Amino acid sequence: LFPPPPQFTFLGQSLGFRKFELYTMEWSLKEDLRDCLVAAAPYGGPIALLKNNARKEKSPGVRPLLEIYSASGLLLASIPWKSGQLVQLGWTASEDLLCIQEDGTVLVYNLFCEFKRHFSMGNEVLQNHVLEAKVFHTEYGTGVAILTGAHRFSLTTNIDDLKLRRMPEVPGLQKPPSCWAVLSQDRVTIILLAVGQDLYLLDNTSCSVVTPPGMSPSAGAYLQMAVSFNYRCLALFTDTGYIWMGLATLKEKLCEFNSSIRSPPKQMVWCMRPQSRQRAVVVAWDRQLMVVGNSTECIRFVLDEDSYLVPELDGVRILSRTSHEFLHEIPEASQEIFKIASMAPGALLLEAQKEYEKESQKADEYLREIKDQKLLPEAVSQCIEAAGYEHEPDTQKSLLRAASFGKCFIDKFPAESFVHMCQDLRVLNAIRDYQIGIPLTFTQYPLYKRLTIEVLLDRLVLRRLYPLAIRICEYLRLSEIQGVSRILAHWACYKVRRQLEGLCPSGNLSLGWGWGRPSWAVVLLEYEPRSGEQVPLLLKMKRSKLALSKAIESGDTDLVYTVVLLLKNELNRGTFFMTLQNQPVALSLYRQFCKHQERETLKDLYNQDDNHQELGNFHVHSSYSEKRIEGRVGALQNALDEYYKAKNEFAAKATEDQIKLLRLQRHLQEDFDKPYLDLSLHDTVSNLILDGHHKRAEQLYREFKIPDKRYWWLKISALANRGDWEEMEKFSKSKKSPIGYLPLSCPPTPPPCCGGVRGRGQGDRRVSMSCARAGVTLAASPSQRLRGRGLPRKIQWDATPPVPAQPPLAV
Amino acid sequence: MGRAQGASHSPPSLCDGRFCFLVRPRIKTMRYIADIVNADKMSGRSRKYKIIFSPQKFYACEMVLEEEGVFGDVTCDEWSFYLLPLDEDIISMELPEFFRDYFLEGDHRWINSVARALQLLNSLYGPFGKAYGIGRCAKMSYELWRDLEEESEADGQGRKPEIGNVFLMDRDTDYVTALCSQVVYEGLVDDTFRIKCGSVDFGPDVTSSDKSIKVLLNAQDKVFSQIRNEHFSSVFGFLSQKSRNLQAQYDRRRGMDIKQMKNFVSQELKGLKQEHRLLSLHIGACESIMKKKTKQDFQEMIKAEHSLLEGFDIRESTSFIEEHIDRQVSPIESLRLMCLLSITENGLIPKDYRSLKTQYLQSYGPEHLLTFHNLKRIGLLTEQSAGETLTAVESKVSKLVTDRAAGKITDAFNSLARKSNFRAISKKLGLIPRVDGEYDLKMPRDMAYVFSGAYVPLSCKIIEQVTLGRGWVGLGLVGPTDNPAWDSQRVILAVFLGGCTFSEIAALRFLGKERGCKFIFLTTAITNSARMMEAMIEAKA
Repeated sequence: LFPPPPQFTFLGQSLGFRKFELYTMEWSLKEDLRDCLVAAAPYGGPIALLKNNARKEKSPGVRPLLEIYSASGLLLASIPWKSGQLVQLGWTASEDLLCIQEDGTVLVYNLFCEFKRHFSMGNEVLQNHVLEAKVFHTEYGTGVAILTGAHRFSLTTNIDDLKLRRMPEVPGLQKPPSCWAVLSQDRVTIILLAVGQDLYLLDNTSCSVVTPPGMSPSAGAYLQMAVSFNYRCLALFTDTGYIWMGLATLKEKLCEFNSSIRSPPKQMVWCMRPQSRQRAVVVAWDRQLMVVGNSTECIRFVLDEDSYLVPELDGVRILSRTSHEFLHEIPEASQEIFKIASMAPGALLLEAQKEYEKESQKADEYLREIKDQKLLPEAVSQCIEAAGYEHEPDTQKSLLRAASFGKCFIDKFPAESFVHMCQDLRVLNAIRDYQIGIPLTFTQYPLYKRLTIEVLLDRLVLRRLYPLAIRICEYLRLSEIQGVSRILAHWACYKVRRQLEGLCPSGNLSLGWGWGRPSWAVVLLEYEPRSGEQVPLLLKMKRSKLALSKAIESGDTDLVYTVVLLLKNELNRGTFFMTLQNQPVALSLYRQFCKHQERETLKDLYNQDDNHQELGNFHVHSSYSEKRIEGRVGALQNALDEYYKAKNEFAAKATEDQIKLLRLQRHLQEDFDKPYLDLSLHDTVSNLILDGHHKRAEQLYREFKIPDKRYWWLKISALANRGDWEEMEKFSKSKKSPIGYLPLSCPPTPPPCCGGVRGRGQGDRRVSMSCARAGVTLAASPSQRLRGRGLPRKIQWDATPPVPAQPPLAV
Repeated sequence: MGRAQGASHSPPSLCDGRFCFLVRPRIKTMRYIADIVNADKMSGRSRKYKIIFSPQKFYACEMVLEEEGVFGDVTCDEWSFYLLPLDEDIISMELPEFFRDYFLEGDHRWINSVARALQLLNSLYGPFGKAYGIGRCAKMSYELWRDLEEESEADGQGRKPEIGNVFLMDRDTDYVTALCSQVVYEGLVDDTFRIKCGSVDFGPDVTSSDKSIKVLLNAQDKVFSQIRNEHFSSVFGFLSQKSRNLQAQYDRRRGMDIKQMKNFVSQELKGLKQEHRLLSLHIGACESIMKKKTKQDFQEMIKAEHSLLEGFDIRESTSFIEEHIDRQVSPIESLRLMCLLSITENGLIPKDYRSLKTQYLQSYGPEHLLTFHNLKRIGLLTEQSAGETLTAVESKVSKLVTDRAAGKITDAFNSLARKSNFRAISKKLGLIPRVDGEYDLKMPRDMAYVFSGAYVPLSCKIIEQVTLGRGWVGLGLVGPTDNPAWDSQRVILAVFLGGCTFSEIAALRFLGKERGCKFIFLTTAITNSARMMEAMIEAKA
């Protein structure tokens, strides 16, 4: 009546393993797996095979064949391989196939062998060729690591945001390392490689030698290494058959094992459950499989045929020509229930339910036994949980039936866990069907947050299984946006694409950005209400100019920048400038960018539209950065020409004056050996007077037509600062002061001999010049005239500050 | 944290192998960072670099990093920090560069930030009532914000609105107010000591000790909160009154018995001491202001400003400015006066335009040629030309005004098309109060008190007109137009794009008190005349 419980095998006391068949493979492979390049995506993903790859030399007529199968061995697509020699296949997290060529080019295909794009791993790889490559997954996305012919490593951590990193050289590495692996620690990707008996750790900048703790000194040279799915653990296999297992940080050893098999294993992978504390490694040779862990024993399986191991989150998938098996550590709940002669509450409940169906009174006995221990809720939960780990619907059913039976005897047992388990199992069983072929385990299923339901739906959509996806949405009662309408949208896109394919058979759909008919896409895009959303797509379609105007429309400056800078690289200069001319917003943004980043381009921009004014400004600006005075004069001369062209006489005159001033200042500097450069005209003259060079000052005054008023202010304050009262007197008499005589009475910094002259009162400010022995009568100052105008508003400046409070006494 | 983005321009000396830069997304800063990274690379040091962009990352910045060859070495992050509350009623975005970037360079990058800030406020305080705006930037910010709201399908719609009307105003609608010397206490402190992010460094001349003290200026400061909005002339009186009170409270100690004394020490003394400390600081500040202002003939300058505002004795003022320049009083001040002259007179007459500029170059150095170019472009310092040219204010304002608008303001704006627009606006809106007798600055009757009773700030007047319902066609109406909750109507959000001054804040606070409503200020930065002028100066490369 019931299927026999699955076969358990034990490693040591507590670590149970079981291996069961997922599918009998539908493929009828003629080749041996070992002759093919194989890649299987994790989480029950598809399998890619490249046949005839190695035989290229022998029979040049036979092209390699790239085939993609579902996990159950159904052919999804195949193409003859026409590109270069392939070194490695791998899957991205979003189930795209990466084909890594010898020359470092990586071609990206989708599940149906449709070409999506390609990228290169850099020049260094191109020159030295790819020796080995590995595809790895981290929180950053899918990465590719390459070992080149020059024994150097290059890698990128995310192929969607390609940043190539060339790892440092391993000193003295003459031959390729015997084995290597990519590790990810603290969000940093590093490479561990073994050469003979030495282990090296390569990070971004350095290469260091490491020794695993507790490594037996006679272990020998490393042959193989394996990193666990979560990058937490590391296993090393040496040529004496010794296996070291420890943390990937190489800080702690977990256990060791001596297999006494000296031949190098074909594959070695970790096999553990996410929550479990048990750790085990699966090692595969040609004809046998060995599971080793923290025990002196090991489990051996005989392999009837050539097999390939696929590490999973919670176990290992074993692929062979005829079957697809799953090997995993048995979860506690299942162990409790199915262990022979188990007295765990769950096992008793299962037994009770069986007896109940037989209408035997034993059912009551078993039930009582559980109830007496007050373990009935636990028994029910155990059954529910164990059902999740079962692959056979019949076993699932019997466990769930037992749970439901037990539930009847408990008051208020919360139904959610039972209901959810039923739902989840229905979904899982549906996708595990060999027609669909996604053997997802319960651990990998959404509830455990490894995959969310959206990801699962996406995967179905990728496989074009639209009806099933919609059925699941409906079954799980997902919201429209999250579920059905999204899937329908994908379906519609696919249909439209098919339609277009029909319309233009010549259009190369597998190349380019996907749809083959840009104009159609542009038309469709017009219906997108948010212009910001249109831009990236338009860019993808190389409709850059349209993208630019859409970006401007969206008002998002950053988007405009993105498009402008892309356009800059895409178009030739002339066209680029012309495009900008028509888009003032973009133009001004680009100017901003140039101002800081590419000043020469700025000049070209101004030249293009004959903006002589700005060109003049540009030259003036660049004159500042000129160190030598000739350079500065030269730049200013350029500016002068431009200002003339711009008919800006004022600026031209000012620039001319500045050139004149610069030259003069240089002479002054030479003559008096004092710094005059960079002073304003006013300060230059002022300094001359301060130093007593009155003649030269006078000369500048005439040459630059300094207005009298300024000259008087300047001279008076300079003389006062110098304390040269004789000269002051002489000057005051030279001609009538254009600024009145008040300034003479109180120059900006009053000399000590005439302190305190300043009239404080609001009344008559006619003060006699205390320092002037000449007795000049003073006229009212301009400020006084202003005040005398009699504005109605009186501004009260209460000039008596309040008495600050006494500091408080210390109490 | 406000200033943390400064990324101090001396090379950092920490060497723990990790660098984190918290920066504004500016190209210049990117180059600075790239230089550090490249220098490290050259010297073989390896470090981790993280750049946090606030409020958002710009593509151009990444581009620069890429061009400088360091993109792969750094990791980037965003910190969407938009609003910094400086006080109970002032929220600043701390984007002083907004003014130059938008109004001079025509760079719209910050508009997105403004829109996001509005969205944030909207989500925090419920939907706004009506929105009014003046200026192009206001219009764009508003539209972008609406787009964002639509996209996000905001969930705040159901909640009770806490903010009534919103005013968006471009700085370029009213340069005049920003250019005037400030005479309310807070404004004066800002002009004299520069308030940065709501705090000010009082130097030794204020603290009358040998070290400077950093003081937080906001409503928490009991002394400051009472004098911040006062005209400077009333501040001294207030402070002496306050110090007398304080003294009296100290004096109460005498004749206390032990128990009372214990009470006094445990309850009041701390507060008194605190108040005493603040009081002496503010007195110090006042004295320092007095000292500085009298040295620079502040009174005369204010008079010149007032006659400019009134359009009175322009020749006299022009020669005052000339003398100001000739005496090299201060490059910034001279520039400010020139701009004020230009903007009130609708441009300088060609002769003055040339001569003042020549004088200026002679006094302060020829590199200001570029500054003049900037000022001309932004419309702050222009040349009168025959007839039709519109200045910055006109062209921007008139665009948004239609004939449908009724009432005073419309007339005023319509008259903008005519010559001498500031004069016209000023006349229509009554910006220069009629004087009968003395203007009592202690008991002000209108907002003009913030400029000694000589001038009502234009920006504030516009807001007043709208709250009075005198009509103004701005951006149109948003949200529920019928009977929004009364108390939310009482809270008005004034958004200044390009910065607002403390004088404007004081004026609107006054208006709020008069009309029984409360203004909340959202500004891209606190500004004043000096900051505005400095933004226009072309730095030597």
